[in-house]
Amino acid sequence: MNARRSGSTFPAPAKALAAIAVAFFSLPLIGLLWRAPWSHAAEYVTDDASLTALKLSLICSVWATALSIVFGVPLAWLLARVKFPGRRFVRALCTLSMVLPPVVGGVALFFALGRRGIVGQYLDRWFDFRLPFTTAGVVVAQTFVAMPFLVVTVEAALRQLDGRLEDASRTLGASSWYTFRRVTLPAIRPALAAGAVLAWARALGEFGATITFAGNFPGTTQTLPLSVYLALDTNPEQAIVLALVLIAVSFAVLIGLRDRWFAGGEGEAPRVLL
Amino acid sequence: MRLRLALSVLFASLMGVFAVACGDDNDTKPSSDGAAISGEVVVFAASSLTEAFTAIGEAFTEEYPDAHVTFNFAGSGDLVTQITQGAPADVFASADDSNMTKLIDAGENNGDPIVIAKNTFQIIVEPGNPKGIADLADLADPDLIVVLCADTVPCGKGASTILANAGVTVTAKSFEDKVKGVVTKVTAGEADAGIVFVTDVIAAGDAAEGVEIPSGLNVISNYPMVVTKGAPNAAAAQAFVDFVARAQGQAILALFGFLAR
Repeated sequence: MNARRSGSTFPAPAKALAAIAVAFFSLPLIGLLWRAPWSHAAEYVTDDASLTALKLSLICSVWATALSIVFGVPLAWLLARVKFPGRRFVRALCTLSMVLPPVVGGVALFFALGRRGIVGQYLDRWFDFRLPFTTAGVVVAQTFVAMPFLVVTVEAALRQLDGRLEDASRTLGASSWYTFRRVTLPAIRPALAAGAVLAWARALGEFGATITFAGNFPGTTQTLPLSVYLALDTNPEQAIVLALVLIAVSFAVLIGLRDRWFAGGEGEAPRVLL
Repeated sequence: MRLRLALSVLFASLMGVFAVACGDDNDTKPSSDGAAISGEVVVFAASSLTEAFTAIGEAFTEEYPDAHVTFNFAGSGDLVTQITQGAPADVFASADDSNMTKLIDAGENNGDPIVIAKNTFQIIVEPGNPKGIADLADLADPDLIVVLCADTVPCGKGASTILANAGVTVTAKSFEDKVKGVVTKVTAGEADAGIVFVTDVIAAGDAAEGVEIPSGLNVISNYPMVVTKGAPNAAAAQAFVDFVARAQGQAILALFGFLAR
């Protein structure tokens, strides 16, 4: 956390290793920039199909992030604060989708929420409602793979948080909801922001679970990663340009939010840096 | 199904040996330098060849015990990218002519490709055909959930040509990036029907059923195969290509639903 202050004493071998790590991440990006067909870039980006896919990607990833926060924060709180039998099992269960190959996740979602799924068959029968091949299906697939990133980050912050602050608030007469809003939430805000951004980034780049569970239809379920992948076969130049658009959007958000949300005061409680 | 297929493969292998023994097939000439064929042959093959080529690989190593075959199965387009980026392939087998053309345009072939098999299309439906789909025209029903391949992959090109031939307009719910995506949607019960290769219906076993498409409307897709320019083991690579083209390889391909070359 104090790299800036201790920069002068940073050992040389560590510097070299860090430099290799930076090169490892930047070279592929430079490769994309190097191969990008700059003369045609504008027409590929402003292509109707690309704009539709980009818009859909943004809408779905924001929805997935919102759902991840609404359900993920309480889940993180449950895992961090409530002792109950099988807690470790529940934690493993709720982070399973991080390690599951996304395509397998998509198939598993079929078995749960598809037309013949455990729950999905009743949605179909009683409400005539089906998730596959809908934009809602994309959001579900993205939330499934993205939420664990938020849960893990927020849970770590809640564990590090000094519980006595919350105890003090409650002994002073605050309700538990008020304590959560005014004490807990501000203390874990950086971690929540970091978790939300991680979840958003994961949702934005989601491919496997989306195409498996929601399919690929322009304007409904074809997000930008899907159109990039399909373009790779027919028009690799367009694929590169669209991939760069995806990268640029994530970069803008990551850097923009970092300045706004993560540059808090030095003394602030648990820092999960991005 | 699996067992039946395994037995059939065994039978086909025996038939192949029989054909060789009787010398009744002009194509069949076990290479005189059989002993010289050894080492690893790396075969990059279209994913629709997975089951058939795995069986052929076993038969091949029976004939050439000093050789062994390693497969890389993926979409033909992905394989071309990998080879042109320097992946160490000895042989490339494509699911269509256009990807083979891409490889040749990149100068990565050694000699002319030969067509080792052909494939054709069927309508894939759920087991028992619960929606009673009898022909292409039935796919136009707006209440049906139909899923097709994207136009960027061979099965998508085939499907649009077939639908155009039949004069049927289908509103698909999804355009899958690969043929197995269509199969998965149907076998999972999410889609009512799709258009896929006959071989995919057969590979799906009991999980799906096929509805014939009249040959006048159907499309026949070529599977060309070639030794790559940078083949680390060119002799064994050529032996493998020859083996697939001969009676035994053809018999195995036929078992998995491929048409004769």
